[in-house]
Amino acid sequence: MVSPVTPKDLKLKVNGIERSIPTDCDTPLLYVLREDFGLKGTRFGCGTGGCGACTVIADGKAVTSCDLPASAFAGQTIETVETLATGGDHPLLTAVLKLQAAQCCYCLPGILMAAKALLDDDPSPTRERIVSALDGNLCRCGAHPRIIRAITEAAAETGGAK
Amino acid sequence: MSPRPAFQSAPHLGDWVSIDQDGAIVLYSGRVELGQGALTAIRAMAAAELGCQPDVIRLQSARTDLSPNEGPTVGSMSIAQGGYAVRLAAAALREQLLMIAEDLLPAEREALTLKDGIVFHHGEKTELTVGALAHKVDYSPALTEDVKILGKGLVKAMAPRRIGLRERLIGTPFLHDLEPEGLLFGGPIHPPTMTSELVEIDLDALRARPGVVAVIRDGSFLGVVTESSYETARAVRWARNNARWRETATAPDDYMQALAGANEPFKQGFAKGDVEAVQGQRYETKVSRPYLSHASIGPSASLATWQEDNLEVYSHSQSIFDLRDALANVFAMDQEQITVIHHPGAGCYGHNGADDVALDAALLAKAVPGRPVKVVWDREDEFRHEPMGAAMVSHASAILRADGSIAAMSVEVTSPPHANRPGSSGLPNLLAATYLSNKMISPQSQDVPLEIGGGADRNAIPIYAVPNMKVSKRLVHSLPYRTSALRSLGAYCNVYGIETLMDQIALARGEDPIAFRLRHLDDPRARAVIEAVAADSRAIREEDAAEGTGWGIGFARYKNTEGYCAVVAHVQVKDIVRVTDLFAVVDVGETIDKDGVLNQVEGGMVQATSWTLKEAVTVDGTHVQPATWNDYDILRFSEVPRVNVRILDHATEPPVGAGELAQGPTAAAIGNAVRSAIGIVVPNLPISRDAVIKAAMDASND
Ligand code: FES
Ligand code: FES
Repeated sequence: MVSPVTPKDLKLKVNGIERSIPTDCDTPLLYVLREDFGLKGTRFGCGTGGCGACTVIADGKAVTSCDLPASAFAGQTIETVETLATGGDHPLLTAVLKLQAAQCCYCLPGILMAAKALLDDDPSPTRERIVSALDGNLCRCGAHPRIIRAITEAAAETGGAK
Repeated sequence: MSPRPAFQSAPHLGDWVSIDQDGAIVLYSGRVELGQGALTAIRAMAAAELGCQPDVIRLQSARTDLSPNEGPTVGSMSIAQGGYAVRLAAAALREQLLMIAEDLLPAEREALTLKDGIVFHHGEKTELTVGALAHKVDYSPALTEDVKILGKGLVKAMAPRRIGLRERLIGTPFLHDLEPEGLLFGGPIHPPTMTSELVEIDLDALRARPGVVAVIRDGSFLGVVTESSYETARAVRWARNNARWRETATAPDDYMQALAGANEPFKQGFAKGDVEAVQGQRYETKVSRPYLSHASIGPSASLATWQEDNLEVYSHSQSIFDLRDALANVFAMDQEQITVIHHPGAGCYGHNGADDVALDAALLAKAVPGRPVKVVWDREDEFRHEPMGAAMVSHASAILRADGSIAAMSVEVTSPPHANRPGSSGLPNLLAATYLSNKMISPQSQDVPLEIGGGADRNAIPIYAVPNMKVSKRLVHSLPYRTSALRSLGAYCNVYGIETLMDQIALARGEDPIAFRLRHLDDPRARAVIEAVAADSRAIREEDAAEGTGWGIGFARYKNTEGYCAVVAHVQVKDIVRVTDLFAVVDVGETIDKDGVLNQVEGGMVQATSWTLKEAVTVDGTHVQPATWNDYDILRFSEVPRVNVRILDHATEPPVGAGELAQGPTAAAIGNAVRSAIGIVVPNLPISRDAVIKAAMDASND
């Protein structure tokens, strides 16, 4: 549980806002995001790093947030799916909405964050790079073909404007 | 089966539609949104009748105290039944509104139309709005099929957009996200198997774990309530490691062998002509599939609150009314004391843990009256304690006349039941109910009868024009695992058997498998989808086949009465099978939501590819083994084929569901493609690396 700020607190920046957590916080980042910071767009799927539903971006890299304590992210900059809709829609969000590239959507926030980390790094990825960047993200509904199409379309939008 | 009217239990106009005080039309559908987009299509059907845009219609989410009881949202019947009733209701409301306008204006009825909430006279706007007419509407008339339907064709042109998609991507639409005032978090500790009992647990030590508010034990049901979900996760883990259980049953070493050797009697389900009397060349195949997991990405969840003698439950169940009745049964309450409210979960693909977790939540919330308790199963619960898709064996045979036509076909299916939904037996059929101190053991399921679509024997009747046929089913109840509906039920495995047999015969005769099928089909809609998929896949079928590549076809009409689907698969086999391309052509009658149909079929094909290439639940004795995704691997992005789906629209035919069309045909197309690539059939699914190697060895030993 996150208690009031004490001098020994660890800091991390989440979606541009400074947050603090106790140094001994062994609660995984996912639970802290959802239950303490109110950022419930990030989903619980397995808790063991196996499905990617909880993927966030930490210091520019896509990581699962369910299997590492929040304290392991001290000093890092975290981005969650909510950022895709702040200050206008990110092209990834626009493309998924336009192509209706989803079914139940439970997997999508994690996939969107893995895709954002990829596009931030490589604005015009090949299909091979897209599928390998998403290989840790499971989708049971089988929305993959549409999701790949949407990411390709978003890449065309962002291409060059890294 | 023709679309049964869904309005039998909710016969009145007011059961389905109303107009609220702002003049907005409100739709009550008892169907629930499972991520399949059914409500998007159903709302569009209403909009087309009422001359408005879908998004101005308010959709009341299904709840047992407000919604029509349409029965469960299963078997791809949402559009055919639920949509049909909504269409009739919306058309009846339109007719009534225009009749009221006719009196008020006055004007002749034929000149009046409704558009965007306004009455038009000879195409000119009048002052009359839906809101202004609302108070005169009589909601008591019974729905009838005798009403003019405007919407055919209109709905498709509307190209409805998925409801709530944005919220699902970046918001908090799921049951898992609910956070009412005073929320507590519950966690069950299920007995490790269906046949074990709780012997000992130190309840005081469990109570002393961090954050624990309450500990519940009733028979072998054990659970905790805590202040946060992580504390629940930790307390559950502690209890799992510290409880002692006693196993009361044994299981065979190899469940597939046990199934294949089962000696329960076969019961004949369908016959025509006289199979026994037919002479000729005999062909046969015996195929099987293992237990499969629904493997939803979001685990089952529920939220329950007790207020004095009343219970309110949020659930992503497919059957909220049956769940309510099952809960009433467990707690010996009146149905009216319980309200079940549907709230979205992740895709479920059949009967998973959604209903069971609702009982867990209700049992745990009972310990903290007045406080809402949310239960989210963990991944281990989801794999080990949900009802699985049944393992099964399907034995198909055919007898060929000298002229090369099939004279007889038989299919024998051996399987545990595919239906074990709550309430279906008069007992709760909920997991925890079977091990409370007041045990409510579910009786043996008799599966879904063939007359209403079949369970294990779904699609066991070959669709081909063959004069003599026999289909029988052997239900096996002796395996100690829980099974229930998984998308398409027995159709997946039966179509795999029948369609790989068709190729086996065509190949033996040196005949093209597509031509061979067409020669045995007289239904023009069946022929049309096969011809269309043959055309769509022509380039890839005719390209020079590289070493280890091949293509195959699979076809079925779902439940033999619903949508048609033909699939062509292209594969590459090197140790493992890689499906590179899938083509499908479907006919779902009148297309309501074109993109929704495409999405369902694409998803069904990808999921079936995953089942077919990779999936099997492993067991150890009575224990269902998978606990994490490492133990149950599903298709990954890098393994997903290119998928191409086309719809043949039949606006004059009733609309039918699209979610379960593709599973069997996809599996069969892949199996047949593997045979054309490496000359080996893999009868026992999945077509994993090991299975390919084993089949190759078996073939070389022959
Ligand atoms: S919830 Fe984190 S990987 Fe599954
Ligand atoms: S859309 Fe349902 S799990 Fe991906």
